[in-house]
Amino acid sequence: MTTIQTVGVAGAGTMGAGIAIVAARAGFRTIVFDTRQEALDKAREQTSAFLKKSEERGKLPPGGAAAAMENWAGTTKLEDMSQCDLVIEAIFEDLKVKHQLFSELNKHCPEKTIFASNTSTISITEIAGGSGRADRFVGMHFCLPAQLMKLIEMSPGMNTSPETFEAAWKFAEAMGQKPVATQDTPGFILNYFLIPFNNDAIRLVEQGVAEPQDIDLAIKTALGYPMGPLELLDLVGMDTQKLLCEAMHGLTHEPRAACPPLVRRMIAANRLGKKTGVGFHTYSNTKMFGA
Amino acid sequence: MSMSYEIAKAGESRSFPENHAFLDSATQGAKGVVYIGSDAGKAFAAGKNHEQRSFVAIELGTECLGVHTGESRAKEGSNVIGFARFRLGNAAPSQLVELVRQPATSESALQAAKEAFQAAGLIVVVCNDFPGRIVDRLIRPYFNAALRRLDEKLASADDLDKTLCLGLGYPEGPISLLERTGLAHHFSVTRDLHEALGQEPYAPARRARVAAAREQVI
Repeated sequence: MTTIQTVGVAGAGTMGAGIAIVAARAGFRTIVFDTRQEALDKAREQTSAFLKKSEERGKLPPGGAAAAMENWAGTTKLEDMSQCDLVIEAIFEDLKVKHQLFSELNKHCPEKTIFASNTSTISITEIAGGSGRADRFVGMHFCLPAQLMKLIEMSPGMNTSPETFEAAWKFAEAMGQKPVATQDTPGFILNYFLIPFNNDAIRLVEQGVAEPQDIDLAIKTALGYPMGPLELLDLVGMDTQKLLCEAMHGLTHEPRAACPPLVRRMIAANRLGKKTGVGFHTYSNTKMFGA
Repeated sequence: MSMSYEIAKAGESRSFPENHAFLDSATQGAKGVVYIGSDAGKAFAAGKNHEQRSFVAIELGTECLGVHTGESRAKEGSNVIGFARFRLGNAAPSQLVELVRQPATSESALQAAKEAFQAAGLIVVVCNDFPGRIVDRLIRPYFNAALRRLDEKLASADDLDKTLCLGLGYPEGPISLLERTGLAHHFSVTRDLHEALGQEPYAPARRARVAAAREQVI
């Protein structure tokens, strides 16, 4: 049973908004912080629409959407996070900015508050090092889209106390998520395997081994994967893949993690994937995620 | 153009180890010919009048089609197609057939071969003549990385598999899949690809080497 009642989510972008949906939907009082009021307004609007659709589709009981929205609050004041038992950071991947955020949070939050980071590539130990409470710091990496995916990769930093890790683990379970334990290494499990795998698929296109549709069809048919690697890349976006590659290759220097030149050319050509209608494939619908 | 074909069997076939609609649909004296089995290449070399066929298909192992047809100045290509039905270790063959073409392969021969396999309910993709074709080329480094990271205690075998299944919708995680279908086979494929491509990600992972040693494959 979890002792956490109020959850803070720092960052109202795609990941932060999704994490806040998971927490609010599970009955936790959820405070979403962002410096930009417009980001909060957009997150609130998208959350409400998502929950309504979930209710219409029978994934939430009648009244479930309204109840979840009752739990959801947005703020531009960092001091409001002082009410939280756990704060999950979901801002962009910049160690310096994360350190600034946690340093400020450390001033406002009581001693008992656990800090967590949703980082996909940066070391939990390194982020925790700038938080002022490295023993009460844990990695909680949700998958995109967080509101639809059950997995959370849970990583302790070098100084994380067993009590903190256990408390965060129980909270993850209480939200109805499925936590898995992993070491604090770049990419944890999912991105460690996925980023190079996707790069390998891009290199098959670069080298003229096969056409994108043949590569995707081959992988889906041979292994039963729901999406081919190039379809998945189109969903992730070439701009995001480039950032992921740079973060992971910068830390590991593994050749397979290096950003393939074709990705940079596709970005220059605005062939980012589904969001711009063209990537390795062509799309008529640029909508990203449903209920 | 015709998609009728006859089968010339030479040794055990990894693509068609048992009866299949593709074999049942073959007719003696048809215009196409499909060489299957571990000695398909040798049987092709001993065959005659290939240029009169609508298409000639040779079952490949890990080797390139050029080993059987010859290559010259990147202008190689004829009515001869390579093929392999993807099969992981000891598991049953999948529905996927990878057709291998060369730079100047005849489009009509490629289409005839494609139609022949598709008519038997198989799913066909086309790739150029590279070691590992599409699927082995992509998945073997990923499988090796999973085996190596298991040794390095990134996570337990169950958690590695669970993460990739939950996070990406994979029907089975890499550790479970390799152990179920045979790590020794993964060793033999990666050994060949590592030799052909010379790239470290294809070097057989320790666990695959151990499994192969226990089966005395090495």
